[in-house]
Amino acid sequence: MTDASVPQNVAPPPAEVEDVELYHAHSWLTKYVFCQDAKVIAIQYAGTAITVGVLALVLSWVIRLQLAFPGAIPFIDASVYYQSVTMHGMIMVVYMLTAIFLGGFGNYLIPLMVGARDMVFPYVNMLSYWVYLIATLVLVSSYFVPGGPTGAGWTLYPPQSILTGTPGYDYGIILMLVSLILFIVGFTMGGLNYVVTVLQARTRGMTLMRMPLTVWGIFAAAVMALLAFPGLFVACVMLLLDRTLGTSFFMPSLVELGERKDYVGGSPILFQHLFWFFGHPEVYIVALPAFGIVSDLISVHARKNIFGYRMMVWAIIAIGVLSMVVWGHHMYVSGMDPWFGFFFAVTTLAIAVPTALKVYNWVLTLWHADIHFTTPMLFALGFLVTFVNGGITGLYLGNVIVDVPLSATLFVVAHFHMVMGIAPVLVIFGAIYHWYPKITGRMMDERLGKIHFWITFLGAYAIFFPMHYLGVLGMPRRFYEMGETAFVPASAATLNIVITVIALAVGFAQSIFFYNLFRSLKYGAPAGGNPWRAASLEWQTPETPPGHGNWGAHLPVVYRWPYAYSVPGAPEDYLPQNAPPMSGEHSP
Amino acid sequence: MSIAIVMVLVVAGSILFHVLSPWRATPIASNWGFIDDTMGLTFLVTGAGFVAVILFMAYCLYRFRHEPGRRAAYEPENQKLEAWLGIVTTIAVVILLAPGLLVWGQFITVPKDAMEIEAVGVQWNWSFRLAGVDHQLGSSDVRYIDTTNSLGLSPADPKGQDDLLVTSGELHLPLGKPVKVLLRSIDVLHDFYVPEIRAKMDLVPGIVTNFWFTPTKIGEYEILCAAYCGTGHPQMRGKMIIESEADFEKWQTAQQTFEQSRKSDASRDTRASAQ
Ligand code: HEM
Ligand SMILES: [Cu+2]
Ligand SMILES: [Cu+2]
Repeated sequence: MTDASVPQNVAPPPAEVEDVELYHAHSWLTKYVFCQDAKVIAIQYAGTAITVGVLALVLSWVIRLQLAFPGAIPFIDASVYYQSVTMHGMIMVVYMLTAIFLGGFGNYLIPLMVGARDMVFPYVNMLSYWVYLIATLVLVSSYFVPGGPTGAGWTLYPPQSILTGTPGYDYGIILMLVSLILFIVGFTMGGLNYVVTVLQARTRGMTLMRMPLTVWGIFAAAVMALLAFPGLFVACVMLLLDRTLGTSFFMPSLVELGERKDYVGGSPILFQHLFWFFGHPEVYIVALPAFGIVSDLISVHARKNIFGYRMMVWAIIAIGVLSMVVWGHHMYVSGMDPWFGFFFAVTTLAIAVPTALKVYNWVLTLWHADIHFTTPMLFALGFLVTFVNGGITGLYLGNVIVDVPLSATLFVVAHFHMVMGIAPVLVIFGAIYHWYPKITGRMMDERLGKIHFWITFLGAYAIFFPMHYLGVLGMPRRFYEMGETAFVPASAATLNIVITVIALAVGFAQSIFFYNLFRSLKYGAPAGGNPWRAASLEWQTPETPPGHGNWGAHLPVVYRWPYAYSVPGAPEDYLPQNAPPMSGEHSP
Repeated sequence: MSIAIVMVLVVAGSILFHVLSPWRATPIASNWGFIDDTMGLTFLVTGAGFVAVILFMAYCLYRFRHEPGRRAAYEPENQKLEAWLGIVTTIAVVILLAPGLLVWGQFITVPKDAMEIEAVGVQWNWSFRLAGVDHQLGSSDVRYIDTTNSLGLSPADPKGQDDLLVTSGELHLPLGKPVKVLLRSIDVLHDFYVPEIRAKMDLVPGIVTNFWFTPTKIGEYEILCAAYCGTGHPQMRGKMIIESEADFEKWQTAQQTFEQSRKSDASRDTRASAQ
C-alpha cells in the first residue's frame, strides 16, 4: 500500500540536530517553581488553565441560573449577569483552552514526540508561563476593583465596552485589556518556542511527515496564533488608548446617555475586523491541537494507523491557511460593505471541505479496526459526535444569508459551544486520561473515567442540542431576561429550566474527574512505560515519568511513522517509532 | 459496545427532537421566505450528513469492537476513496452555497421604489423618522443633538423640516410596499431585529447602515435589539405595526414634523421661563 515516493528505511537519515546540554536546576526553587523543563512548565500551564477553567464553569452556572429563574436569585442583577457572561467567555476561550492546548499539551508533548531533550529556548519558555500567570491574575483581580470586571461581552466591542452603560467600564475594562496584552506577550514567547522546536529540534529520522498529528496540530495552531494574536494585540492597545487617553481609534462622535463626548472620527467596525482577524483563527487555534490529539487517541485505541495521514496533514495546513481569511463571517450584519458577504461566505464554506475530510478519515480509521473502548477512546468518540454536530451548524452561520436571521441568537451560542466548547473539552479530558500514565506513572481509574464520560458527553449534548431550537425560534443571546415577548412561548422558559438543571449536574459531575485525578496520583495502578502499547516516541522514554532531558544518554533514532499499528508480519500489534526496522518493512 | 447503541440513540433522539420540537421559526411576515427555504435546504443536506457519519461510526464501533484474536487491517491510505469523498463534499457545499449567494444578492439589492425610513437607536430605546411631504429625509449629525432635537436633525436643512419624528417607539408601515430602513445610532452598536421579518442589521455610530424588506402580513411585531448595548439591552424594545395603506396614511398624518416639534418645545420653554 505504501507510496513509492516515501523513502524506505534501511538506514536512518542523517542527524538533523546535535545533542544539547541543558540547564540543570540546583535548588528546589529552580526545579519546581522557576523551572525551565518543558514538562514542568506544561503542568504549571495546565494547572493554571484548569483552575481558571473551573472559575469559568462556575460563572456558567450564574448565567444559567439567571436564564432559568430570572430575578429569583438576589445577587444576580444585570451587571453581574453580563460580567459573568464576559468573564466566562473570555476565560474559556483564551485563558483556558488556548493555554491548556498550547502551553499545556504543547509543552509536554512536542519535545517528547519529536525526540527532543527540551524546547529550544527553555528560559523564554519559563518566562512565557510566568507572564501568562500574571495575565491571569490581572484578569481575576478585576473582581476586586470598584465596579468589578467588565461586562462588555467577550467581544469587547467599542463604543459600548468603554462607556458608562456597561458594567466595569471604569477599571474592569482596563484590567481586561492589560491582561490580554500580557497574555499575548506570554503566548508569543511560548509560541515561538513550539514552532522553532518542531522545525529545529526533531531527532534523527523524525521527518516532518513522520510527526504524530498531535504535533502537526499544535505546530499549525502555534503558527496561526503567532499570526492572529497581533491583531488582538493592536486592537487592545488602541482600545486602551481610547479609554485612557481619549484617542479616537474606534470612537466616532457620539452622545453618551445625554452627554456629548469628545471622540471624533473613529471606526467601531475597524475594531471588529481586528478582533475577528484574531477571533476566527482562535477557533482553529483551539481546534487544530484537538484534531491532532484526537487523531492519535483514535489510532492508538483502535490499534490501527490513522487513515490517510498525508491527507490529514494537508487538511490541517489548508484549514490553517483558509481560516485566516474567513473572519468576516462574524460580521455579516455588522454594517460592513455587504459585498464582503460573498467573499467570506465562499471562504467559510470552503473550509468545510478539508474539515469534512478529516472527519471522514477519523471515522474510516475505525473501519476494520480493533477498537478498545477505553476512557480516552470514549472521549475521542464523544468529540466526533459533538464536533460533527457543531460543524454542520457552522454551514448555516457561514452561508451569509442563512446567518442573517440566526446571528446574535441562541443558535450561535449552541453552535460555538458544540464545536469549540464541548468538542475540545472532551478532547482535553481524553488526552488527560491518555497521557496521565506517562506524566505520573500511574493509571487513572477506568470505571470513574467512564462514569465521567457518560455524564459529560450526554449531558453536554442535552444542554446545547435543544438550545439551537430556541435560536431558530429567534431568542436573542446576551439577554439578561427575556421579559414579556410575544413570540416566545411559555415552553421556552421550561426548556431553559431543563437546560439549567442539566448544566448544574454536568458541572458538579466534574468533581468525579478531579477526585480521580488526585486520587490516582497515589492509588492509581502503576502504569509502566507504555500502558496503551502506543507507537509514538513519547511512550518510549527510558524513564516514566520522563526525566530531565527526556532520553537518558542517547537521543532516540526514528525509523518509521508513529502509526505502525497492526503491521502485517510484526510480532505485536504495534511497532514503536524507534524500534529497528524489520526486514522487508515498508513503513512510511 | 454500549457506545454504539448510544450513538444510534443520539441520532434517533436528535431527529425526534427536531420533528417534535415546538420551538420553530416564527410565522414569516416579510418577503424573505427564500431565507427560510435556504435554511430548510441546509437542514436537509447537513442533517443527512450528520446521520450518515454517526450511523456509519456506530456500525464500525459495533462491528470492529475488540474481541480476543481480532487484529486491525493495515491500510495507510486510499487516495481514490479520499478523492471521491472530497468531490462529494464539495458538491454538497456548492449546493448550499449557490442558493445562499443568490438570495444574498437580492438582500443587498434595494428596490428603486423602496420607501426610505430611518430607525435611530439610543441606549435603550428606538425612535423613527419618516420623510414628510417632500419624500426626502433631511441630513443629521450628532453635533445637533440637544434637548429639543433628540435625533440630531440638521436645523438648517430644508429637507428635514417636514420629516416626521416618531419617538413613541412605535413604527407603522404599509403592507406590501418595500421599505429601506436606514439605521443610525447615537451612542453604541445596536441591531434592528424583528424575528418575523428575518432580516436584521447593526446600527453603527458614525455611519448610516441599511437593509430592506417588504412587509407581507398585517399585524403587530416586537422590535428587539440584537447587538449587546449595555445593561439595558433586553429592555430596548419597539413595536412595528404593519397595516393597510389607508391606516398607515391616517397614522402618518397624526405624526409631528421636525418643525412642529421644535416650535412646541420652544413654546414650552418660554412658558417655563415665564413662570
Ligand atoms: C457546560 C459548560 C458550559 C455552559 C453550561 C455554558 C453556558 C453558557 C451560556 C448560558 C452562555 C451565555 C449565552 C448568552 O449570551 O445568552 C455562554 C456564553 C459563552 N460561552 Fe459558555 N458554557 C459552557 C462552557 C463553555 C466553554 C467550554 C467555552 C469555550 C469555548 C465557552 C465559551 C463561551 C463564550 C465565548 C460565550 C460568549 C460570551 C459572550 O457572549 O460574551 N463556554 N456559555
Ligand atoms: Cu469564525
Ligand atoms: Cu442592544
